[in-house]
Amino acid sequence: MKINYKHRQSAHCENGATAGLISHHGVEISEAMAFGIGAGLFFGYIPFVRLNHLPLTTFRVTPGAIFKRVTRELGIKIRTRKFRNQQLAMDMLDENIAKGIPVGLQTGAWWLPYFPDAYRFHFNMHNLVVFGKEGNNYLISDTVFPESVVCAADDLQKARFAKGVLAPKGKMYCLGEVPDKIDLPRAIKNGIGATTRTMTKFSLPIIGISGIRFLAKRLERWPARLGEENALLHLGQLIRMQEEIGTGGAGFRFIYAAFLQEAAIHLDDERFLGFSARMTSIGDQWREFAVRAARNCKGRATPEDSFPAMARILVELAAREEKLYRDLSEAII
Amino acid sequence: MRKEEVPQDPGIADGLQEVTYAVDDSGHYVLVPSAGWEPKNISNYQAWGVIGEQIESARQQVINNEASPLAYHMARSQMNVALLAQYMGIMRWRVKRHLKPKIFKKLGSNLLSRYADLLKITVEQLQDITLVEKLKIPGQNQSQYEDKL
Repeated sequence: MKINYKHRQSAHCENGATAGLISHHGVEISEAMAFGIGAGLFFGYIPFVRLNHLPLTTFRVTPGAIFKRVTRELGIKIRTRKFRNQQLAMDMLDENIAKGIPVGLQTGAWWLPYFPDAYRFHFNMHNLVVFGKEGNNYLISDTVFPESVVCAADDLQKARFAKGVLAPKGKMYCLGEVPDKIDLPRAIKNGIGATTRTMTKFSLPIIGISGIRFLAKRLERWPARLGEENALLHLGQLIRMQEEIGTGGAGFRFIYAAFLQEAAIHLDDERFLGFSARMTSIGDQWREFAVRAARNCKGRATPEDSFPAMARILVELAAREEKLYRDLSEAII
Repeated sequence: MRKEEVPQDPGIADGLQEVTYAVDDSGHYVLVPSAGWEPKNISNYQAWGVIGEQIESARQQVINNEASPLAYHMARSQMNVALLAQYMGIMRWRVKRHLKPKIFKKLGSNLLSRYADLLKITVEQLQDITLVEKLKIPGQNQSQYEDKL
């Protein structure tokens, strides 16, 4: 059984799965649009939550939040389910496929055989869409990859029930009814509003703009507090969170800039082209930060790459992002 | 980032072309495939370096009979006691016991098979770490690794 599902490559798995499922059901949206409406853009530096024994830095909102927001904003009904019984989970998957309904799954990447070796970690927030089954193999649209892939049932089951942090517990999600009329401009504005609020008004100092500033303060003191070696591990983790977790580059800032460009068309408002250009430039500066951090990790740091210099870049980024979010929030009124 | 600036630094992606967002000549966003980016390669290899050290440290402990072979397999699978216990569906204190050489030697075939199945190795390999291929740690072969910094 093979559903006529169009596989699209995307930068980020949750965006890709969301956009793919929604497009399949008749509302053509891009990854960038899904990300923007889903208010996926974020920043959090959470030192007391550890990933690989190193502080968590995140450039996107809670896993699953983008999908929930987009479908809610567009008025699309969804069915989400987690399972204790693995066989039942696989049977439900098969039932939906047989009915011609593509299914989104949360999976642990460790068990997916088609993943490149260097990406093989116990990462449980990977999203993919199953659109077919042939024999004992599932046809999968894993949007990180250029083409669709095939995965044996056993492996997929293991991936669905991977253990550890944020275990998927067989989570599957499908779309139900799609309304005839979609108010895209309103959804776009609401998405932008949510992002600007989260980034500028959140009360916790580790979140949003405050979070970037907090990180800057901490980062400057890493060599003194942690020692050289550990400071470099912290830097390495930061780069990985910004670039490796399928962010499209610059911690999702480029994807958001692409969204703002699309917003300009749908809102018929050229100001958003300007906002987009500013976000692109901000993204470039995040990339510059990553380059300097990497130089440190390779032991090639020049004085311009020192920890205080990198902290200054973060402080600048915080200021630039803050101004942009304020301008954005005024533009959507 | 402009289209022309999209990096093509091979490394961790191992041939996989990922998608990045870049602007074309008219400033419009387009999706551009990227073979990789140096800072990404560097940070990923750094993380693998740490994993590699943990595996080697575990291997030495097994050789010195300070830990059971399970310790090596656990490290090789990037698991800790908590995760391994969760996967096995047994209590952590039991896994800790199984990490002791004397206890491990006495484990029954049922438990050994379950560990082996989970770790995708045979029972023989579980008991004798020399029968398992050494894990290829990404980034260790630095000579082919073009340094663009």
